[in-house]
Amino acid sequence: MPLFDKAEIMDKDAIRRALVRIAHEIVEKNKGLDNVVMVGIRRRGVPLAQRLAKILGEIENKEVPVGELDITLYRDDLTMRFDQPHVGRTHLPFDVAKKKVILVDDVLYTGRTVRAALDAIVDLGRPECIQLAVLIDRGHREIPIRADYVGKNVPTSRKEVIHVRLTEVDGVEQVVISEEKDEE
Amino acid sequence: MALKGKDILSLREMNPEDIELILSTARSLKEILSRPIKKVPTLRGKVVCTLFYEPSTRTRTSFELAAKYMSADTVSIATATSSVKKGETLADTARNLEVMGIDVVVMRHSVSGACHFLAKVLDVPVINAGDGMHEHPTQGLLDIFTILEYKSKIRGLKVAILGDVLHSRVARSDIFGLTKMGAEVSVAGPNTLLPPEIEALGVKAYNRVEDAVEGADVIYVLRLQLERQTKSLFPSKREYHDFFGLDRKRLRYAKEDAIVMHPGPMNRGVEISTDVADSPRSVILDQVVSGVAVRMAALYLILGGRE
Repeated sequence: MPLFDKAEIMDKDAIRRALVRIAHEIVEKNKGLDNVVMVGIRRRGVPLAQRLAKILGEIENKEVPVGELDITLYRDDLTMRFDQPHVGRTHLPFDVAKKKVILVDDVLYTGRTVRAALDAIVDLGRPECIQLAVLIDRGHREIPIRADYVGKNVPTSRKEVIHVRLTEVDGVEQVVISEEKDEE
Repeated sequence: MALKGKDILSLREMNPEDIELILSTARSLKEILSRPIKKVPTLRGKVVCTLFYEPSTRTRTSFELAAKYMSADTVSIATATSSVKKGETLADTARNLEVMGIDVVVMRHSVSGACHFLAKVLDVPVINAGDGMHEHPTQGLLDIFTILEYKSKIRGLKVAILGDVLHSRVARSDIFGLTKMGAEVSVAGPNTLLPPEIEALGVKAYNRVEDAVEGADVIYVLRLQLERQTKSLFPSKREYHDFFGLDRKRLRYAKEDAIVMHPGPMNRGVEISTDVADSPRSVILDQVVSGVAVRMAALYLILGGRE
């Protein structure tokens, strides 16, 4: 079914402001940035993690390491799909053991991606803690997972789709809500 | 994304998109090999069966580790101690394994075409781990993967394949794979070890090793397959080394940054001299690492859920 963009819910400035606020919350909650590392979930979590690290660096005058995580190998639906999803690269340029890992993704929906990401991180070592930052929380959780930092809460119906478009990946900067429409 | 066919039988039949898909998946999966705990849950509950009718250390271990690193279970049938010895046919052995619940068969067999036969008999996928003098597709893929790690491209590279091309399934898979991806491949060896129609595969054939190695980016030395020689195709190992072995002197004809490859097991002092095999130009052990990554990719892609 084709998708139609219904409304833009965040523009370039709104995204930037949300990230700045999240960055301040991260500093506040962790009382600084000691042992804090950012891990972006591929694909759009990665540029978001990089941007947050940059803002954090400016706030606290400190470099925050950023890793990228691909969760494909940890999905819970692999045996149910006909096609195998493409496996992207996981690259964490640090050891997660004893770190405060801030996991970053664009949209929090069913929670299954985050579940897979938690398993993927724990397989790499035992962090001191894992926190979750998302740009959009659209509800409809299927497992008990919540975010520590949320850019914007967006109540949605399951028929709707949230598209986060980022300059690094999509060439534009916006969050839109779209909906499936039956063809006439 | 899925591979086109049910099985992985040959690089001659594999389209370039599938080759690229396996290679790019292997690139991502290679990271797992550097972890302190090498285990991802991806193939939990799947059973990989290795059925080897010929001896093997590298290929079999490589497939089994690839399966284990991805949490699949493995069973390995060594034909010397199995009911094959009682005269059971290949099809019967394989059908029995299939009804016991295995999900993929990795087979090596001394008869060319045995894997194609098995793929027709079985519903589960078959991966060819070397069939007679025909093909060894995952070796071809890991060779291409290794070359890409060093040269970042295949198109336009000059690859010289040296030695026993006649008996080599590795050579055939490499030739099909590399030419498909745009490499310029040449072969060199004594006439008795070069198939007469070899140039029909799109390669240049030489008798002098120096002619093939001249300006090469990659030198691929084949194992002299002494066990497959039915008549004397060259006078002695010593003489073979003197005329066709890769030594430091012949290596000088290649580009300065050329890499040296060998599928293993090596006959040191025959097709390759020890100083070349152990030189910094040699990427022979990298090939072994690539092998595990490529086989993880092959198993992952071929064991996709089929409703």
